[in-house]
Amino acid sequence: MSGSFPPTRLTVLARIRSPVPDERRDAFGPLIEAYWKPIYTYLRIRWGLPAEDAQDATQSFLASAFEKRWLERFDPSRARFRTFLRTCVDRFAMNRDQAARRLKRGGGARIVGLDFETAEGELRERPLEDPVDQDELFRHEWIRGLFSRSVEEVRAECAAAGQLARFALFERYDLGPESDLSYADLAQDLGLTVSQVTSGLAAARRQFRARALANLRAACLTHDEFRSEAREILGIEVE
Amino acid sequence: MTRASVWTALSDASLRRLASVANLPDLSGTRYTLREEIGRGGMAVVYRAHDETLGRAVAIKVSSAPGGRADLDARMRTEAKVLALLEHPGVVPVHDAGVLPDGRAFYVMKHVRGTLLGDLARSQLAADERVRILERMCETMAFAHAHGIVHRDLKPDNVMIGGFGEVLVMDWGVARIPGEPGEAGAVIGTPGYMAPEQAAGRSGDADQRADVYALGAILFALLVGADPPAEPEAVQAGLAARRDLPRRLRAVAGKALATDRAARYSDAEEMGADLARFRAGRPVAARPEIWVERAARSAWAYRTAIGLVLAYLAMRVVVAWLAG
Repeated sequence: MSGSFPPTRLTVLARIRSPVPDERRDAFGPLIEAYWKPIYTYLRIRWGLPAEDAQDATQSFLASAFEKRWLERFDPSRARFRTFLRTCVDRFAMNRDQAARRLKRGGGARIVGLDFETAEGELRERPLEDPVDQDELFRHEWIRGLFSRSVEEVRAECAAAGQLARFALFERYDLGPESDLSYADLAQDLGLTVSQVTSGLAAARRQFRARALANLRAACLTHDEFRSEAREILGIEVE
Repeated sequence: MTRASVWTALSDASLRRLASVANLPDLSGTRYTLREEIGRGGMAVVYRAHDETLGRAVAIKVSSAPGGRADLDARMRTEAKVLALLEHPGVVPVHDAGVLPDGRAFYVMKHVRGTLLGDLARSQLAADERVRILERMCETMAFAHAHGIVHRDLKPDNVMIGGFGEVLVMDWGVARIPGEPGEAGAVIGTPGYMAPEQAAGRSGDADQRADVYALGAILFALLVGADPPAEPEAVQAGLAARRDLPRRLRAVAGKALATDRAARYSDAEEMGADLARFRAGRPVAARPEIWVERAARSAWAYRTAIGLVLAYLAMRVVVAWLAG
């Protein structure tokens, strides 16, 4: 079942702490995938950095986290990983002048493939409000990234299987603004039967659930954290 | 990581919607259409749904673990079996049970509209009505005990008061069924409402007297207006301190909440009988009367006749005095 935990996942924390750089890099990759955007958004909103500075700071933070092996200090018994990471980002941002100088000297690797343009575009579509609770802001942006990746994967799966009509249903009913649209309305609009709408939506949601759980699992360093996040974010109990 | 699609900027509203639909049960292929979530517990969610075949509203309880989880599925099966076994006005009737296409265990039951006792207890509710509710609960539990079933998690939030005053005992997911092995070392129940033997990890051998303790704890909550403390000694002390409450009612609660289960009512029927005696103004088994109390109660019961006799005697005295 989707909730079962692959044995390799149990060792994410151990792999982050591995003395072998390649092994650490392999473990680090999925974490960058899961966290770069919330880090960028957090720096933009909470720290008020201009887009370019936030991009540099995100790059610099991630590179430093890998090179200086900051993540090894994570203690699951004290906090969740995302809380620990957010605290690291805060500390980094407080000392960002130093980090900027290092970047200017040419120090620090750059991580390729971070789509800051899209991230900035998403930010433009909503107000840059700084909530009082910074942990909640980081969590919220992290969930946004998690769901966005999962939806994109559902779209790709549907496209590959020639089932974009299913994704269109999902997009219309579950991703759009709240509306009073009934299954019957949707069926009429899309030229389907109500039964097809019901089963199509159920299948798309099932795909989304599976992808969201897989991405969540990749973003959690311990199984207990994964279980707890799955319960809180998705209302799902996993073993 | 680069992509471009209309939904890339998921709004906050979309995030909330996705979080809620991610765990919606897959009812495709069944005769039920999902309407809305109406309740959520730690292990399962209850939805209002429409039975398309019979054209009526039903409630569907679905495990929170899509794809199945052995312990949750077992709970759902147990609960459905208990509901099917207990055909009683105090138990919600079950209509259907099975496994959904997404692997989750579910069962379908009557859709009951009402208020949880936990919410009702915080509102204005006459003292006699509170005792009546508990008496109805005792009747339901007496029926369950007669079938060898122990609920093991009775508490105000597991009791629904229907629109016509009906009292429904719900959430039988951790009930013990005769013939099924107990869980060694398991702590099953809710602090404050679980019997000391359950809190000590002996839920496996909890019998009907564990339910009696929980009924006593609910009586405590209804009388005092707060959850009972988890320590039985503190509960007894709390009861003793409430001298504003009827002594016989405190005695009933005290007996039900005895730490030693041998000192409690033997089952819910016995406790219900004592509550009925209290409501009828008769002595309760939990507290035998002393002669002064018996005399006072008799005097009160025959107050009209005694009044007439006294008036007659007074009249005779006055007449005799006037005559001479």
